[in-house]
Amino acid sequence: MSRVLNASGCLDAIVAPDVARTLDVFVSKTVTPAPREGNAPVRIAEVGPGMLNSIGLANPGIETFVRETLPALEGVGVPLWVSVGGFDAADYALCCEALEPFASVETIELNVSCPNVTAPVDAASAIVAAARRATAKPLYAKLSPTLPDLPSVALAAADAGADGLTLTNALRGMAIDRATLRPTIATVTAGLTGPALRPVALAAVYSCARVTELPIVGVGGIESGEGALAFLAAGASDVAVGTALFSDPDAATRVRAELEALCRGRGFATPAEAIGLAHEPDAACLRRPRASSGAPQSLPELATTQRAS
Amino acid sequence: MSARRETLTVAGIDRVGPYSLLRVARGGIDPGDPGQLFMLRADPMFLPRPMSLCTAPSGELGFLIDAIGPGTTRLTSLARGDSLSVFGPLGHGFPSDAREPLLVGGGIGIAPLPYLSERLGNPPALLGFRSDEHAVAAGLVPNAEVVVEPVRVTEPLARKLQRAPSITPLACGPAPMLEAVAAIAPDAWLAHEAPMACGYGACFGCAVEIDGVLKRLCVEGPTLRADRLWPGERVLAEVAA
Repeated sequence: MSRVLNASGCLDAIVAPDVARTLDVFVSKTVTPAPREGNAPVRIAEVGPGMLNSIGLANPGIETFVRETLPALEGVGVPLWVSVGGFDAADYALCCEALEPFASVETIELNVSCPNVTAPVDAASAIVAAARRATAKPLYAKLSPTLPDLPSVALAAADAGADGLTLTNALRGMAIDRATLRPTIATVTAGLTGPALRPVALAAVYSCARVTELPIVGVGGIESGEGALAFLAAGASDVAVGTALFSDPDAATRVRAELEALCRGRGFATPAEAIGLAHEPDAACLRRPRASSGAPQSLPELATTQRAS
Repeated sequence: MSARRETLTVAGIDRVGPYSLLRVARGGIDPGDPGQLFMLRADPMFLPRPMSLCTAPSGELGFLIDAIGPGTTRLTSLARGDSLSVFGPLGHGFPSDAREPLLVGGGIGIAPLPYLSERLGNPPALLGFRSDEHAVAAGLVPNAEVVVEPVRVTEPLARKLQRAPSITPLACGPAPMLEAVAAIAPDAWLAHEAPMACGYGACFGCAVEIDGVLKRLCVEGPTLRADRLWPGERVLAEVAA
């Protein structure tokens, strides 16, 4: 069964546990080694069919996270993925190591693509490799749609030990205040999310699904069952709702119900039957065992890829 | 969440000076405490907009809106019978047990005061506007003293506080006005505002400095004790002089 997750950073399960319980998996806001207050306001703006946001990875830091946030998240009672971030491979490894003892953390998502902080200096593959050495938990690499050769990066992440991909993160955009003619967002540029991102995210999923059998969480502007079905057809195993949750806290329930109805209408036993249908028969996602639909069947062996110098 | 999200029907729009009072059939939405948030969205808006409840007559919810951008312009162009999404009440409102409450409003910031006045039994109010046209909205608040620029609402407020230090201002208005209120009355309660995409703690967009660090206004507020927003010394004598 394809799952409905939230996009990292688009829901606080502790403040809104009832909304979190509508998800199959809750993905935490990205946690970094040190606490981050986040970016100065103004942080958000509506821009046509989407929004700009520049939150700046506000989080309490990994120590406080495991001591205070994690027990509260465990109390919500939804399968938990933790998103981790940082500025080099060692930051990611440190966070993964800190999360390793906690059985409640089902999967770690490596946010190597936030558009609102200085980009990690290490390549995605080096970050995945460092994280792989630090934890035996399943690792999903969340990759940016702006990478010039995204499928190659996806393959490198797979070689480095990633168990799945989250595709994709926000695009960089900006808005000009119509009264002052100054940038609307304090950090000038910000992440563009919502329906405006959807075609870009679909292309990211499609291109990576052609080359790797890793399960993919499709994310980017999904606000309906039809949108979710498109991501499955492009090769995603699971889907995540993000910006849609802001205007509709019931978005996950609605997307799931619409997706299931659409699939029934097409004669699919489950939405998983739609995975990869947009591809020619030789695409990698069609070789993937569909029953798994996301979670690896067994923990992978620790990768031996060394961190790039 | 005790808040509900429903699609409601517009009962009417009343023009109040340059502002619009959007009245919607209440449905199953609770009016909540004065100063709490409601998120309003009508097609084709992408994001909802945060509003406080202005009036709560039987079976209706009224929102006083100043059309300053595309979202508020859309909301004020709705007509009777149109539908919109309403989500609320969210966040924390004004305290119901403030000692000697004095309602203080500036411009469109008077929005939560009519409902607050009703709930508190029509306490005295002090309202400031930029023009006589804007001051028409003062008619929504009973028992109100009105000043128009260049007089600022904090000037008569400071004099009142000097005479009666036990007054608790319950204020809403533009940030510079609220900061000025906080400077002379740290124990005032302020309904603050910030750009907000969700209203329930999900987007992290509404961060403002609270207790000296950036926190989500929708989670901590939007109504807060003044010294949590602008901690500082009381400078009453200086302002009242």
